[in-house]
Amino acid sequence: MHIPDGFLDPKVWAGAYAVSAGAVGAAVAKAGKVLEQRQIPLLGVMAAFIFAAQMVNFPVAGGTSGHLLGGALAAILVGPWGAGLILTTVLVIQMLFFYDGGFTALGANVLNMAIIAPWVAYGTYRALGSILKGTAGRNVAVFLAAWLSVVAAALACSLEIALSGTVPLKVVLPAMLGWHVLIGLGEGLLTVVAVAYVARLWGVRWPESGVSLGGGVR
Amino acid sequence: MSKKNVLWGVLLALAIAAFLSPFASPKPDGLERVAEDKGFLHLAEGKELLHVWMPDYVFPGVGSEAVATALAGVVGTVLVFVAIYVLGRVLVRPRDGSETGAGGPS
Repeated sequence: MHIPDGFLDPKVWAGAYAVSAGAVGAAVAKAGKVLEQRQIPLLGVMAAFIFAAQMVNFPVAGGTSGHLLGGALAAILVGPWGAGLILTTVLVIQMLFFYDGGFTALGANVLNMAIIAPWVAYGTYRALGSILKGTAGRNVAVFLAAWLSVVAAALACSLEIALSGTVPLKVVLPAMLGWHVLIGLGEGLLTVVAVAYVARLWGVRWPESGVSLGGGVR
Repeated sequence: MSKKNVLWGVLLALAIAAFLSPFASPKPDGLERVAEDKGFLHLAEGKELLHVWMPDYVFPGVGSEAVATALAGVVGTVLVFVAIYVLGRVLVRPRDGSETGAGGPS
């Protein structure tokens, strides 16, 4: 879902840069306060994993492909602030070294994938966590959080493109959502598997969404 | 996170980047597909503002496409890990007791 240069007009990409700069600034300030140095390698591993996984596109319904975004995975495991830093770093490196996502569109890509996706996933996971119980309940919560994070990012992406006057919303929105409700299923499955694996590694049933990482619970 | 788990985590990421990325689906992603179908993909053509090292995840000067992709993946994975590590060191101040736990409980 990396927006290239050319899809967004200056008012939209500049506006998205401004919003993203504020949100990333808040994440940096928050992370500086709540993170501990011993947690940095965990963030590094998570970022490295998300970068690698984003390269592996899986085919979707013939004719298109999707890959793990990782916003939900990071938000569930290290909280939305840490996830914001991780995803922003991944997006900046993808742009600077691989030109995946445009230079002007970086602010919008950060907004969609490093801010909106993790926060939507985090909110969903926390909300469902108070209703659903057990391992099966956790898997359902993780799946829905991941699926919704992709759909929300696709919705934001559609709005940005439509606001730019590139193509009308009534054209781009159904098309984007149509594909991403399917791509989101892949995100959901991969995130469930990854969270289950890490939960077992950590010896917990429900990762607390970064209780100690500024997940908002302390 | 123990040093051992960090090492395994990084190795897993490197393995995905090196051995799975060459098998990635070459089909356009969701946004690209929509841009194609709705006729605005051409807006992005020739609009690149930067010259980058490994455009489209292809390591330059390598004959085999699979190897070029794998190399780009490995370099990118290392870059991301190092960037977060440096960023973390700069942003996160050592606090009482937190430094003694560097490397984490195992």
